[in-house]
Amino acid sequence: MSLAKPLPHDAARLHVTGQARYVDDIPLPAGTLHLAFGLSSVARGRITGMDLSAVRAAPGVVMVLTADDLPFANDVSPSAHDEPLLAAGQVHYVGQPVFAVVAHSHLAARQAARLGRITYAEETPILTIEEAMAANSRFEDGPRIYAKGDAPTAIAAAPHRIEGRLDIGGQEHFYLEGQAALALPQEGGDMVVHSSTQHPTEIQHKVAEALGVPMHAVRVEVRRMGGGFGGKESQGNALAVACAVAASLTGRPCKMRYDRDDDMIITGKRHDVRIDYAVGFDQTGRIAGVEFVHHVRCGWAQDLSLPVADRAMLHADNAYLLEHARIESHRLKTNTQSATAFRGFGGPQGMVGIERVMDHIAHHLGRDPLEVRRVNYYAEAAPVAEGAGGLSAPRFTSGEHPPEDISGKKKQTTPYGMEVEDFILHAMTDRLAKTADYDKRRQVVAAWNAGNPVLKRGLALTPVKFGISFTLTHLNQAGALVHVYQDGSVHLNHGGTEMGQGLFQKVAQVAAARFGLDVGAVKITATDTGKVPNTSATAASSGSDLNGMAVKAACDTIRDRIAAHLAGLHQEDAGRVRFESGRVTVGDASYSFAEAAQSAYAARVSLSSTGFYATPKVEWDRIKGQGRPFFYFAYGAALTEVVIDTLTGENRILRADLLHDAGASLNPALDIGQIEGGYVQGAGWLTMEELVWDDRGRLRTHAPSTYKIPAVSDRPMVFNVALWDQANREETIYRSKAVGEPPFMLGISALMALSDAVAACGPGYPALDAPATPERILAAVQRVRDGL
Amino acid sequence: MDISFRLNGETVVLRDVAPTTTALDWLREARGLTATKEGCNEGDCGACTVMVTDPDGRSRALNACILFLPQLNGRALRTVEGITGPEGELHPVQQAMVDHHGSQCGFCTPGFVASMAVAHLNGDTDHDTALAGNLCRCTGYAPIIRAAKAAQGAAIPDWMTADRAFFLPEISAGGVSNQRFDTGGSQPPAGTGLQPRTTDDLAAAYAANPQATLVAGATDVGLWVTKQMRDLGQMIFLNQCDDLGQIAQGDDGLRIGAGVTIARLIPVMEDLHPSFAAMLRRYGSAQVRAAATIGGNIANGSPIGDGPPALIALGARLHLRQGDARREMALEDFFLDYGKQDRRPGEFVEAVTIPRQPDRLRCYKLSKRFDQDISAVCGCFNITVTDGTVTAARIAFGGLAGTSKRAPHVEAALIGQPWDEASVTSAVQAFAQDYTPLSDMRASASYRLNTASNMLRRYFLEDTGQTTAIMEVQP
Repeated sequence: MSLAKPLPHDAARLHVTGQARYVDDIPLPAGTLHLAFGLSSVARGRITGMDLSAVRAAPGVVMVLTADDLPFANDVSPSAHDEPLLAAGQVHYVGQPVFAVVAHSHLAARQAARLGRITYAEETPILTIEEAMAANSRFEDGPRIYAKGDAPTAIAAAPHRIEGRLDIGGQEHFYLEGQAALALPQEGGDMVVHSSTQHPTEIQHKVAEALGVPMHAVRVEVRRMGGGFGGKESQGNALAVACAVAASLTGRPCKMRYDRDDDMIITGKRHDVRIDYAVGFDQTGRIAGVEFVHHVRCGWAQDLSLPVADRAMLHADNAYLLEHARIESHRLKTNTQSATAFRGFGGPQGMVGIERVMDHIAHHLGRDPLEVRRVNYYAEAAPVAEGAGGLSAPRFTSGEHPPEDISGKKKQTTPYGMEVEDFILHAMTDRLAKTADYDKRRQVVAAWNAGNPVLKRGLALTPVKFGISFTLTHLNQAGALVHVYQDGSVHLNHGGTEMGQGLFQKVAQVAAARFGLDVGAVKITATDTGKVPNTSATAASSGSDLNGMAVKAACDTIRDRIAAHLAGLHQEDAGRVRFESGRVTVGDASYSFAEAAQSAYAARVSLSSTGFYATPKVEWDRIKGQGRPFFYFAYGAALTEVVIDTLTGENRILRADLLHDAGASLNPALDIGQIEGGYVQGAGWLTMEELVWDDRGRLRTHAPSTYKIPAVSDRPMVFNVALWDQANREETIYRSKAVGEPPFMLGISALMALSDAVAACGPGYPALDAPATPERILAAVQRVRDGL
Repeated sequence: MDISFRLNGETVVLRDVAPTTTALDWLREARGLTATKEGCNEGDCGACTVMVTDPDGRSRALNACILFLPQLNGRALRTVEGITGPEGELHPVQQAMVDHHGSQCGFCTPGFVASMAVAHLNGDTDHDTALAGNLCRCTGYAPIIRAAKAAQGAAIPDWMTADRAFFLPEISAGGVSNQRFDTGGSQPPAGTGLQPRTTDDLAAAYAANPQATLVAGATDVGLWVTKQMRDLGQMIFLNQCDDLGQIAQGDDGLRIGAGVTIARLIPVMEDLHPSFAAMLRRYGSAQVRAAATIGGNIANGSPIGDGPPALIALGARLHLRQGDARREMALEDFFLDYGKQDRRPGEFVEAVTIPRQPDRLRCYKLSKRFDQDISAVCGCFNITVTDGTVTAARIAFGGLAGTSKRAPHVEAALIGQPWDEASVTSAVQAFAQDYTPLSDMRASASYRLNTASNMLRRYFLEDTGQTTAIMEVQP
């Protein structure tokens, strides 16, 4: 059985030997041309002149393209048709592509791209949240509002009330492999595109539009990405389209990869968000009512900002039952990079909002923040009945925390009206607080802080409840294509893409399990729009949920055909044909899988099948803010301990203990990898990763020299990670749970631990913004000491 | 220019190499060796890390993206293709990376493998330090460190010592003859690269070509090419000048040749001024420290270099040379203004001397990230206290002015005062007279000034036995 084994990543050996091939590693046909963009140097304005003579005259330049030279659609947006490949008259941010150079080499293209002389009639850019609100510069007509109960009245009637504001910075993806695409022109005007993308179907769609051909004339292939994190959901469109257009015009292969600085200047990042909050609560910290106003800085084009901002609203409750809640969300249009998908897709920002509220309430009441969190938790779900867990029934029962009897109560719902049926954070919190020794360490930290004027420690335990499914319901579908060859080897293909998360291996484990084979019998192949059409982006953590199910369906079709064939031969019931340990057994007869396949082939039985899956139960009205956007929730909890230096604000994570719910894990090693990596990335977002724009809208942090992602010594000194490992209550692939995004939000505990450490410096509340850089921490220390 | 080096165990001779060709581009484009990746093209991510073995048999990890081919002349380069065994055998660090799930997307992995293999070869088990220059966005590093630990006891594979054996045949069973790869005496044409073998030759070459660009480790000059795409014209490569890389104890102190890399300076400073050594361990990354030289760190005059503030605080003397003419000055006098040094055409930094003195130096480097980050503020304090009174003070900062700069008012406010909290509180007022820092993406002006003051407080607290370093706190 291949399932639930901690198998290495399928490409691990290729990774460590450097043989794993990324787009930039594909050997190029002779005559391949290379592209680079010339970029806007102003944030907002009209192009009044473009002198590209020096560009055209530069060594190695074959062609220069402007908007006027594009034969068909000049649009690379994923949604709103508001994102020209090359600026058409107006420029909307510093770094917007204005022209494209096609040259004999990457270096020649880059060098020539700097020689363009563009003149602009500059206009005053809208850069900040304040400026956008003042100008009413936004997407959609007005704010979206999701509400439950009557929050203003509940807040007004509550014994305690506080208000606050939290600024949360954006985040650069910093996938190690920059954006890249290679277009290979084919006979009859067809195009093959290799792209580093999470969304091959969209690349196919945008390339087809740009070439004026049907989608069937474009085939997109993705073997792997060197990291994605959401940054390759839509941001690869421009390179693929530019290459395809240039390839079409020149008849030669065309390749483009962004230099790192260009990548950071051109592409979108995580949305930065300002959250204003007002909350009313009782002496225990139980929230009576809460109001949030989200100001989401979306950048110049809509991209995926609406669903991102929606998801921020959908996670404004995180793990807490809010009877009276109102969430107002402004999606602001600014002259900056178009903010895009990034692991968590707005969820993390929404979640930081309510975690800040919990922290603030606890400080106001002088209570332990964990107590306040617990009194606000949703009620625990009843345990799953014996045997109801299907293939992976719960491996242990939580036991420590009896579920609250909610049978007589009304259903507990989120602020958007979805019933929470699978809540397990009481038990998870108990387990984590116990294994990580929360109560004792609270005392140790308090004693340390009492004796140390300069260095202060802090800790925080925060929960995660993250909704799983695309909120655009129709995206919750997937396809697969499986072939069994005569020798019993299996060719596996599906619509998901591999960006490092181990999706291909997990899905291969599913396929192997269905046929009773070792995973080595299954050949993993590149994602290919010619094999599986109309795929959704590999996003929303849905990769293994969707594609695993589609592959299971395809495998089962083939398996059932083989079973029917062999059952016929042996006059047995097809239901009694078993596929195990590389053998197929029918009554007393036993075949190797290869023999079974050969037999079926000889009997003219098809050994190839597609598979399809559509997630059940989900329905969602994003305008009303009502429905069931998510199939289920994934849960996690993290306890982080930090130390800060009150002389400079420098800080460090001393220890992190994570407990995460991956359902019945398909591959515990890969899941733990997602959890460890997600935590560090999340903590990086909230601590050291700072994007800085100047007052002309120029991004000043556009390289790893100035934008600092966590390095090796930034990981927690002590780092304990465990899987909760109980089966999903919903019927997902082998009862596993999605694990790509949820652990990212475990990093919120680092921000809250820093807040705890700063709070030890005096009577005031830290009100720590993110990222909590040393400078912000030092300022917060001063505020706390001043009692503000 | 013509150069020759070993590539994965084979001798390569290249004629008419453009001197600004980077090893990374050459490997990937000319040789089709694509294991070495381009992540940032500025030496900050480590995805392009390769192993370079010098003729003395020592191996180091370097960033291939800012390594010009002429710097490899006479050396041996080994990429991940050559770290993997000749029959495809996995190196122990590769096997451990597989076993411990150290790769996810895999793009940074070859760079990690190269860094880990060099550390493994050198018996270096300080993995956090060895890997600080390799960024990974997927794993959170924990499994990579588990892999590094798991591999550290494994035997060094034969092929990993082949380059050393090539240069040092006496240690090689095969007894391959030592080659220094002389590529003939042909004079390179003007406008390309010169590679003098001695400091005297360098002095002559630079005096004759005062417009030339001097290249030592190329950790800064490399970016002029990869990012600014500047035409550097005539280049003079310093890394064959062995006598520029000497460290000598003289009567007046320790004389450090301009060609001494930061990596070589660290163990020397560990004995004399351990706080300086500790700061230098955060200078760039292992790959950068193995290339960057103290001469380059001084000569490029960066206002945010970490070497000069410490050296100024130590009272270092700078030795300049132009042809056969030499002069000497206090290091702080070399830095005239932002981007302007007291260096004449054709004149170069030959050495710096640190006077012999009791160790009172403390260096405080402040940045958003602990490792491999450019300082927002770098404060270096050398305060002498005699019988409870401050008798001498040399305080210098980077990041607070257009150059590395002393703090004369703060020094004056301290000298003659009792070494106590009141004096410190009083002296920090003078920082505003000494510095008017800028606000930028690293820090605001007020934060810079505030933390500069607090660094003096830290010096005092540490001098009186208090722990103020977060790195010393254990979980």
